[in-house]
Amino acid sequence: MVDTRVTLCGIEMDNPVIPASGTFGFGYEFAELYDINCLGTFSFKGTTAEPRFGNATPRIAEFEGGLLNAVGLQNPGVDAVIAKELPKLREVFHKPVMANVSGFSVEEYVTVVEKLDTCPEIGWFEVNISCPNVHGGGMSFGTDPKAAEEVVCAVRRVTKKPVIIKLTPNVTSIADMAKAVEAAGADGVSLINTVLGMRLDLKKRKPLLANTTGGMSGPALLPLAVRMVWQVYNAVSVPIVGLGGVSTAEDVIELMLAGATAVQVGSANLVDPWAAEKIVHTLPETMEKYGIKKLTDIIGGAH
Amino acid sequence: MKNVVCPILENRALTATVWRMRLGVSCELKPGQFLNIALAGKYLRRPISVCDWDKESVTILYKVVGRGTEQMSRMAPGECLDVLLPLGNGFDPDCAGDAPLLIGGGVGCPPIFGLARTLVARGIKPRVILGFNTASEIILADDFRSLGLKVTVTTADGSEGVSGFVTDVEDLSCSYYYACGPEPMLRAVYNKIEASGELSFEERMGCGFGACMGCSCKTKYGNKRICKDGPVLKKEEIVW
Repeated sequence: MVDTRVTLCGIEMDNPVIPASGTFGFGYEFAELYDINCLGTFSFKGTTAEPRFGNATPRIAEFEGGLLNAVGLQNPGVDAVIAKELPKLREVFHKPVMANVSGFSVEEYVTVVEKLDTCPEIGWFEVNISCPNVHGGGMSFGTDPKAAEEVVCAVRRVTKKPVIIKLTPNVTSIADMAKAVEAAGADGVSLINTVLGMRLDLKKRKPLLANTTGGMSGPALLPLAVRMVWQVYNAVSVPIVGLGGVSTAEDVIELMLAGATAVQVGSANLVDPWAAEKIVHTLPETMEKYGIKKLTDIIGGAH
Repeated sequence: MKNVVCPILENRALTATVWRMRLGVSCELKPGQFLNIALAGKYLRRPISVCDWDKESVTILYKVVGRGTEQMSRMAPGECLDVLLPLGNGFDPDCAGDAPLLIGGGVGCPPIFGLARTLVARGIKPRVILGFNTASEIILADDFRSLGLKVTVTTADGSEGVSGFVTDVEDLSCSYYYACGPEPMLRAVYNKIEASGELSFEERMGCGFGACMGCSCKTKYGNKRICKDGPVLKKEEIVW
């Protein structure tokens, strides 16, 4: 029997597999397909203070190694999330959930975290300072160490729950960003969010996405994620949640060897709705294949 | 929703760009629902609406518009496809009334065919209007006729049937209508026909089952996902 348990910021999880925010809604779509309690946890849809429709369509484009999205943080707003989404989530998921929050100002991040902090089902906050698809918020906090520190300090003051900061790869040094948020009081970091990209429609000679640019995700990102998790592991001592192009149990192990304590699965859920369940179920046999008895033994093991 | 790997039973060209593919899969379907098909080397699946189905197969008609559908057109019977189905809400045949009107435009005609067969099985004989750009692009007209239905064909260039668009047909009276086709056609139908109805929309999709919010639209009753809450919307909820 192998041991798949990991502890992320003081909370023990049965396994390190976490569907990533924006690919798993509030869980209940997937609960119709399989028992989502097999997951370590999941990170729910990025939540803002006010309801957001997001960007105009088309919001989706494709490339050989994955997809581009420019959804733009569509969500019903924190009040509706608490009143409508979380009660439905509670019926199908019985573990601490990761609350992904976003904002367009420091005050907005604080408002959302303050409101969600009262919800007992929330185990961790994942603060998204890395959304490339909104203007004047999201990634603009994640590319400037000073702005990132401000968000972290402000959020830190209003919750005792673990605060994980989701970082963007669209920076020169992700290690410097990780150091900045660690110094400001973050309990962990998750990386990487999507990579800013763009595609053109050759017939129309115009961008394919209505938003012009979008975030790239999918298997093509795995090497970038491995490299960045590796660098951040060398730079900080807080736990790392690794993500980017993960679609197999092997990918989970690779990111953990690079330094991740837990691993998120994003785009894979969209092309195979059972992807995260398959990863959970194949993790033990994959561990055996590579002679791993205890998953925590391999965190950062490649260093 | 289920995920099946099923054999291609038939794959042949109907026109220069539209192909008929029959897949060996058994599934309870509603007219207007769709499949999401995985293709080798393509990351996202291709959503294609269902034309017809029986106990052991599902038929789709697809237009070759890019590299993915071009790849599909080169597949031979016996090869297999990985498919998610059934997806989407589909049409509601219960609303038809006694004299419904079915309107299809181009590759919007296939889902209308499944609906026609469903209505005929209930003893309702809808009138059918099918619109195309030109005579060589006409699909399914004879299939509708073989159900015993009156079919009016329109062509934009006047090469067959009524010259013009589906909304140029003189008699558009009905108890209820169902329409599927390009958005300008849907708009024209929406504006011209007074009766209530349902319209099936198209959008670029990520997942096809409601997870990614890639295909959202605004309606009078809140935001909806074309893939999960649609692709069929009631006339009364549409915001153009």
